[in-house]
Amino acid sequence: MSVAANTQPDQNDPAVRAAQEERLRAVWSPPKGLFLRWTDTNNNAVGIWYTLTAFGMLLFAGVLALIMRAQLAVPENNLVSASTFNQLFTLHGSMMMFLFAVPMFEAVSVLILPQLLGARDLPFPRLSAFGYWSFLIGGVFVAGSIFFDAAPDGGWFMYPPLSTEPSTAGIGADIWMLGLSFIEVSSIAAAVELIVGVLKCRPPGMRLNLMPLYAWYILVVAVMILFAFPPLIAGDLLFEMERLLDWPFFDAKRGGDPLLWQHLFWIFGHPEVYIIFLPSIAIFAMVIPTFAQRHLLGYPWIVLAAVGTGFLSFGLWVHHMFATGMPNISLGFFSAASEAVAIPTAVQIFAFIATIWAGRVIWSTPMLYGAGSLAIFVIGGLTGVMVAAAPFDWQAHDTYFVVAHLHYVLIGGSVLPLFAGLYYYWPLVTAKKLSDRLGRIAFWMMFVGFNLGFFPMHISGLMGMPRRVYTYSEALGVGTLNLLSTLGAFLFAAGVAVVVVDLCLSPWRQRIPRNPWNAGTLEWLEFSHQENWGVRSVPLIESRYPLWDQPGFLRQVDEGRYFLPDAEEGYRELMITSVLDGRPLQVARIGGPTPIPMLAAIALGGVFILTTYHLYWSALASGLAALAVILWWHWTGTSLIPEKPEKHAGLGIVLPLYASGPASSGWWAMFITMIGDATAFAGLIFGYFFFWTVHADFPPDPLPGQAGPGSYWPMVALALILAGWALTIAARETNARGQVWFARAALAVAAAATGAGGLAGLAGPWRAGLDPTLHVYPAIVWLLVIWIAAHAAFGVVMQLFALARSLAGRMTPVYDGDVHNITVYGHFLALSALITFLVIGFFPRLA
Amino acid sequence: MTDRNPDQPAVFKAISRGLLRLAYGAAVALLGGCTGVQSTFSAFGIEAESTRALTWGMTAAATVITIGVLWLAWHAARTPAGRLDHQGGMRVILWLGAIGPTVLLTALLVSSLPKMRTLPTGADDLRIAVGGEQFWWRVRYLPAGGQSVETANEIRVPVGRTVAFALSSPDVIHSFWIPGLAGKVDMIPGRTNDLVVRATQAGVYRGACAEFCGLSHARMAFDVVAMEPADFDRWLADAARPAAGIDSPGRHLFEEYGCSGCHTIRGHAEDSTIGPDLTHVGSRRSLGAGTLPMTRDALSRFIRNPASVKPGALMPSFKDMPGKDADAISNYLAELR
Repeated sequence: MSVAANTQPDQNDPAVRAAQEERLRAVWSPPKGLFLRWTDTNNNAVGIWYTLTAFGMLLFAGVLALIMRAQLAVPENNLVSASTFNQLFTLHGSMMMFLFAVPMFEAVSVLILPQLLGARDLPFPRLSAFGYWSFLIGGVFVAGSIFFDAAPDGGWFMYPPLSTEPSTAGIGADIWMLGLSFIEVSSIAAAVELIVGVLKCRPPGMRLNLMPLYAWYILVVAVMILFAFPPLIAGDLLFEMERLLDWPFFDAKRGGDPLLWQHLFWIFGHPEVYIIFLPSIAIFAMVIPTFAQRHLLGYPWIVLAAVGTGFLSFGLWVHHMFATGMPNISLGFFSAASEAVAIPTAVQIFAFIATIWAGRVIWSTPMLYGAGSLAIFVIGGLTGVMVAAAPFDWQAHDTYFVVAHLHYVLIGGSVLPLFAGLYYYWPLVTAKKLSDRLGRIAFWMMFVGFNLGFFPMHISGLMGMPRRVYTYSEALGVGTLNLLSTLGAFLFAAGVAVVVVDLCLSPWRQRIPRNPWNAGTLEWLEFSHQENWGVRSVPLIESRYPLWDQPGFLRQVDEGRYFLPDAEEGYRELMITSVLDGRPLQVARIGGPTPIPMLAAIALGGVFILTTYHLYWSALASGLAALAVILWWHWTGTSLIPEKPEKHAGLGIVLPLYASGPASSGWWAMFITMIGDATAFAGLIFGYFFFWTVHADFPPDPLPGQAGPGSYWPMVALALILAGWALTIAARETNARGQVWFARAALAVAAAATGAGGLAGLAGPWRAGLDPTLHVYPAIVWLLVIWIAAHAAFGVVMQLFALARSLAGRMTPVYDGDVHNITVYGHFLALSALITFLVIGFFPRLA
Repeated sequence: MTDRNPDQPAVFKAISRGLLRLAYGAAVALLGGCTGVQSTFSAFGIEAESTRALTWGMTAAATVITIGVLWLAWHAARTPAGRLDHQGGMRVILWLGAIGPTVLLTALLVSSLPKMRTLPTGADDLRIAVGGEQFWWRVRYLPAGGQSVETANEIRVPVGRTVAFALSSPDVIHSFWIPGLAGKVDMIPGRTNDLVVRATQAGVYRGACAEFCGLSHARMAFDVVAMEPADFDRWLADAARPAAGIDSPGRHLFEEYGCSGCHTIRGHAEDSTIGPDLTHVGSRRSLGAGTLPMTRDALSRFIRNPASVKPGALMPSFKDMPGKDADAISNYLAELR
């Protein structure tokens, strides 16, 4: 049966509804079969794989910690060797940070963000799948290294020169840098996905101030990832150039400085703590209103506090470097900033307490975990304030006091809230409840074990026990304290094991009805994934708690009385709304199951993994394969021209099926990705000027091999790249006016100019004979022009891609998303070329 | 994990023994028993004393705040719905969440900032240059107007006088930490960091490397002796003298086995300063940077296989050295007092 294009379907007719459901079911049905099921891209499937993998990483890294605790149970123990111990603590920290905490946030967000927003999926489901496969490949690569005695052993912070010296650091350092860089790329991909999801895929009517708090936190945290990870990627790049090619970025003998790494690492590393902590607070912001059965008090306060925490967290990194001998004035500033971040945290905690105070509390298992987490986190927060005071930190820094502090913060502020979330959201995902009895037993084991394990570490640290020691002398008098810590750690682990047992018993438990906790937020519309489509119709939102506040809401959604109740054309469709006020803008069609993301992740992973083993030709081949797969992905899956310009979206509104420029989700994804890219570039420029500030003579005397690149070639390169940029803009404008052939010519010339610009950039240091292994100055100049040349090369690929799309009829004056998106790339390329070439061309004359 | 030690782990035996000591040990540790050779609680310098006061003050405040917040949460959970209205809730957030912490943190900042001030130093003050090297400490005393004296792995300071340390490293980052004297300062290749201290109490203490620096990071400690000024001056004058004229078989073996290719013994062998200076090694309190007691047996063991004591140590092992040769060298070294 078909519905005439200009009439509304009759939602009162059960036969109409059944036919709609049949079509939705067909369109959204997951792929089946032993292999094909892994080509799924729907957030329900990918989110569950992602979550389970991250949980597996938690268990693995936890076992590493247990081995360490067994070694430290008594003084002068010899259970494991120093070498093994160093691998254990490095991998434990690195895995918990990079393979558990951040991926877990992304996993849970992929799983529940669409539900929170009443959306059917995320805007780029294939990107989520790509992120997952990258995480799996990189994670197994890094974690597996311990079985080959090749795990990184320089600490999770990888300080050079210890980690860069070939004599002291083996292949583990490369596995860390390259394996985790690959995962950082996938983290940024997920961040882009989540930001666009929150900004553009909200249901109609959901203005920013009606968004569930979890979505606010996702937005804040994803933006933080976008700004925090790129400096680390820049650092990784410098690090690997030193490891693989002997470019002396951190070698003090050749003008480098090991402190540059520390700055880049902690500009990432401190926000990272809040990247881990805020999503867990977000879980409370969903759990507490449900079990207080009232709206959360102080919604604007909490949003401001979350944004404030995210902002402040970028101004604290130096408190990890209080002992490096910096001037007291900067220590005072960072000390003050580090203490100040406690204020927004306190606001959030007291907003939760006030909500509980005002409501009636239902003592469920998730709330028990919440209470335990509050008790632990408050202590961790207060010891955090203590170490923010520089004089105290000079004593506590790098001792077990800090080990205690960070575990109070991360287990109280992240792991226990995740268990609260697990008990809370398990029914949403599986339609089964976990056992309250086992949950409570596990909680008390974890709570007692945790405090028994970690509280004594405060004392052993102040009694002089440094961190990262594989054993300690009996003379320190910390043997008893350490034995207590070990017992506590094993009790904690036993508690986690009880939860695992509970999860394993779940399939044999009774199904329960939907929304078992009587929650008020949108995700509980879900019928526990019986239907892959998510919501029966995309609702119109008028409240923060629509299930409580909007009368007849559930029935209206279920009867398809809101938006997109049908899939009459046989496509997976999403509502795209405006960023601020949730006005419907477009019906976007998204990709379905495909092996492309998996193949792209395998090929790109190959680049990183093969480079680790110095197999450069294979890595290059793998890189070309990745490029080919990604182009195929974009050719077949993005900016597809719809069969008609617009469609009825329900409730009498008609929406376009295609958008380009800032109205489209793709434009936003490109813009956000480039913000991250520009941040990494800023990290490199920071490096250039950092060397200038630490050296009286930078650039150094113009000896052979280290005299600057001059101004001529940098200016030629700049002129060519700016010309390419201007021509790309011209192509966008002329294409929109219908002058298609002019636009095509402009794109072709733009590609030539951009490519020539990249080469001219390389010609500067090449012609001047700069030797990057001689001194850090030629090295950083080379690195900057290589950065620009590589970006110019990608720019050429994009310009030629748009040209090919135009020639193939896949880009027209109306359907012109491609040229809009590559113009965004062009803006960023032009800006970074401008900065690079002015700096390398003219700064030496000023300095 | 291929290189697991074949020895039986001592964990299980220790657990039962440890359980008995738990109650007693925990009580002692908590009730002021936190003193020890390497403890921030056993302060013997004005910097560490001032930080210890800050520690106790902050701990007391943190305890009160923790109890207060948890009591409030408990109270909030017990209060029936409706007792706290919207306005009351907003007051809780404003006063307890925003204003209260701001006031407390400002107070903390104001009280902790002055403690960051560095002690003033004069041209007459003793300077001690310390280099952190994998995995030992090169120590050079630079008294004002006097002769410089190099030693290793032990630091002596005069009570009541200001001492300025100049801290650096030729290899990787280390961190110089004497908990009883002052906070730690990193030793970073390419930089020299200063640390100014003044000891207040004579005694024997311990310091350690606090920045992870490789395989034997855990084995990089040192003894610290705070002495009365007159004793210190006498000791420094002694330390400045070359080694006494000993003629023992060990002295020849020391040359024969190539030990002097790395170690200096002033007056006996002065070819190289790659390894620790051993001029008065017999008078030091410990061996291998705080790893073993200074005994002849320990010396022999260390000489024949340093890596068994300190994994990753750069000193080559002499596994094939006959026991009697090792003992002879040990006897010689022990006589260098």
